[in-house]
Amino acid sequence: MARRVLPGFGLSLGYVLTYLGLLVLLPLAALAVKASGIGLAGLWNTLSAPPVLAALKLSFGAALVSALINAAAGLLVAWVLVRYSFPGRRLFDALVDLPFALPTAVAGIALTALYAPKGWIGEWLVPLGIKVAFTPLGVLIAMIFVGFPFVVRTLQPVLESLDRDIEEAATSLGATRLQTFLRVLFPLLLPALLTGFALALARAVGEYGSVIFIAGNIPMKSEILPLVIVKQLEQFKYADAAAVGVIMLALSFVLLLAIGLLQRWSRRWAER
Amino acid sequence: MDAVLSLTRSRPGAGRLVPLLLIAAALGFLLLFLLLPLAAVFVEALRKGLGTYTAALVHPEAIAAIKLTLLVAAIAVPLNTVFGVAAAWAMTRFAFRGKALLGALIDLPFSVSPVVSGLIYVLLFGAQGWFGPWLLEHDIKLIFAVPGLVLATIFVTLPFVARELIPLMQSQGSDEEEAARVLGAGGWQIFFRVTLPNIKWALLYGVLLCNARAMGEFGAVSVVSGHIRGLTNTLPLHVEILYNDYNYAGAFAVASLLAFLALITLGLKTFLEWRYGSELAAKAPRGH
Amino acid sequence: MTITINRLARRFADFRALDDVSLSIAPGEFVALLGPSGSGKTTLLRILAGLDFPDSGDLLQDGRDLLQVSARDRGVGLVFQHYALFRHMTVFENVAFGLRVRPRARRPSKAEIAERVDKLLKRVQLDGMAARYPAQLSGGQRQRVALARALAIEPSLLLLDEPFGALDAQVRVALRRWLRHLHEEMGLTTVFVTHDQEEALELADRVVVMNRGRIEQVGTPDEIYQQPATPFVFEFIGKSNKVPVRIHGARLQAGDQRFEADALEGLADGSAVAYVRPEHLALSTTPLENGWKATLRHVYLSGSVAHLELDVPGLGQTLEAELGGEEAQRRSLQAGMTVTVQPRHLTVFPLDGKTGEPDLARRRVVHPRYGQAALARWR
Repeated sequence: MARRVLPGFGLSLGYVLTYLGLLVLLPLAALAVKASGIGLAGLWNTLSAPPVLAALKLSFGAALVSALINAAAGLLVAWVLVRYSFPGRRLFDALVDLPFALPTAVAGIALTALYAPKGWIGEWLVPLGIKVAFTPLGVLIAMIFVGFPFVVRTLQPVLESLDRDIEEAATSLGATRLQTFLRVLFPLLLPALLTGFALALARAVGEYGSVIFIAGNIPMKSEILPLVIVKQLEQFKYADAAAVGVIMLALSFVLLLAIGLLQRWSRRWAER
Repeated sequence: MDAVLSLTRSRPGAGRLVPLLLIAAALGFLLLFLLLPLAAVFVEALRKGLGTYTAALVHPEAIAAIKLTLLVAAIAVPLNTVFGVAAAWAMTRFAFRGKALLGALIDLPFSVSPVVSGLIYVLLFGAQGWFGPWLLEHDIKLIFAVPGLVLATIFVTLPFVARELIPLMQSQGSDEEEAARVLGAGGWQIFFRVTLPNIKWALLYGVLLCNARAMGEFGAVSVVSGHIRGLTNTLPLHVEILYNDYNYAGAFAVASLLAFLALITLGLKTFLEWRYGSELAAKAPRGH
Repeated sequence: MTITINRLARRFADFRALDDVSLSIAPGEFVALLGPSGSGKTTLLRILAGLDFPDSGDLLQDGRDLLQVSARDRGVGLVFQHYALFRHMTVFENVAFGLRVRPRARRPSKAEIAERVDKLLKRVQLDGMAARYPAQLSGGQRQRVALARALAIEPSLLLLDEPFGALDAQVRVALRRWLRHLHEEMGLTTVFVTHDQEEALELADRVVVMNRGRIEQVGTPDEIYQQPATPFVFEFIGKSNKVPVRIHGARLQAGDQRFEADALEGLADGSAVAYVRPEHLALSTTPLENGWKATLRHVYLSGSVAHLELDVPGLGQTLEAELGGEEAQRRSLQAGMTVTVQPRHLTVFPLDGKTGEPDLARRRVVHPRYGQAALARWR
């Protein structure tokens, strides 16, 4: 083993490992052990209880739809922010980060105020027969809000790094603007778009604060998975809570892995 | 400037209609989905007049929540700052086995649901948790008490500083530190005289984001708090309690404080990116 | 203050950065480590600086084990390839750094530091620039700040990593002559790394040619150029023609030609490879019996030298020859002309029977005998 030139390796790594061990690994181990205590059959029983199953479907379904919407809207917003200059561009660019900065509880009650039947937007939608607050649609709206910045912020640097040359090359080779976008730009943007999609999805599945106010939390109808955990804890059903928690954690790991692979994939052109 | 017409480059035949439509659609989305909720907070907060607004803010429970929020952030943020610097130093200045795994582990709290983040501490320190009986015996209360809030907050804000510093220090390389070493500098001299000045803006940036999340965290602290008014309620939890009591004006008044914090954070963040953009890490996906 | 490098080896994963490297550096010497990228020269420099450590071997300074001395205490001046200036410090603060970080007992007073820094800045012709930041300087100025910073700690050994690599061609030439003067005036011992042969040959007292972690040859610039010890040095430094040959007793068979030579005594018959510098090819426009027949394919005039590209059917390859530009014009050389080519001297490496690799130990310099009449009239 070569000697290390700069000092502080033992100190910094030791501190980091101790900190992570005590604050991250030990609690996660507690979760895993608690969940494994009820066995596979118990895990299955917990997850197949109708309210849990319904929440599972809602959380994943709404998160998936919200991430898809955010992928499209994020692509549009990133494109406009990078490619066009217009008054207030910097302000709008800063606004994109609002969902990161605004505490989720604040976002939750604000969205409810907007979409409640008597709210700013709600009162226009109710006559049309659209109910948003206290329905799965409300869950979707909140998830769009919290997941929005991810796609924009992953796409922006890639868009900025794209040389205008390649578009000009495509145009000079006779491609239309639409062909240039679909055949040249989109493939280059795809890895970042998918990464942003996965990040938004991960965030939406786990989101709690901004969703519970607007969702109304009607069991079997608009109850999300994190809320199921909270309710189980309130009833002191720790093992059940752990079981649901482990499922959510497992999903986090899968998404984290997917994001890691996507990022490696997105760098494959850069490395050559 | 000729408003929208000053598109980066207009080419013959491309027309201006498409860009105009795209800009209108994007701004419409931003206004409807992002700006409107923000505006709603302030409008709803002042709906019952300034008197009700200030009354909600100076209420003893609100004051207690403010104090507790500041306390929790004052513990969690410095700890995670030191952690972030140590992690960045270890990750970028040395080669060792398992580095990629460590990097993933540092990022992990970002991808864990806030509720699960709270849950794991309940399972560890709660009455039925691993250390529950021992803590009970020694009359130490972590869950449904301030230490639990701090622990959950540390967990959810753990990656912020490290995440800002690692890519930056990676791209800066260790030439300057090595130069200082060859010139005879000691470890702390290298850190304080060479490394710290080079990363100070990114460090501030990370601390800023870490602090915003620490003060605004809801899900994780909600699980470990037990909602004891005046004792274990941070500002976001206080918002929830007021809201569930149908005290909407009060809830939005307190919420406006947090929204104000968010605006300050965004403002400072934008300023740092504008003024010191080149000294921050590349604009990789960040936030949460 | 003699530095002795003894059998250093350093591996990175599967890559041998240094493979059994030994060298000795005398006080006051100006040594160039020359080689392509990946040859190990920078690794060797970093080991000298204490920024890397070998897997095996010794590094001694007047008998003292330098490997036991950390970079911090080694007192070596190092100029980084990209200078590694502290970007948040002024020129003055950069140069003063090494003095300011000393333990209080050894730290000069403020006034003394200021005096020494001023003196150094004058020395590197940067007086008046003390308050500037690195970003406000040109490449050449930054390089001199890096040099002043390294010299401030009065190093026993000055190391430079590709010192001129990032500079414009003109600045580069001016700066390297200036550096050579500085080295002499200050009585430094200097080691620098470069991949630029011209730089190494012009500046150094001794050149160390490295390839794949090994030292190919150590010698004065003249020795390196005139008497390359290995095929690698031939190909890396200057231009050369590589010609496959066979040894038959005291004769060298090269294509359709046989050259008589004395130096081949003691070599077994067999295949060999010969190297000829372009300027060691003599040409004649009148047909001669001894020598390759060639067609002049192209004349490239570059300033004072004419580079000739010759098609040699008897060898089945092209050769490159060199001629003074004026001479070429006087001879009105033109593409398509037929000429006779005679190698004045060749360096021959017999191929090892088993491995097929050139055998460095049996290297011979061969001067073919042509006889008075057959000698090419001009070259």
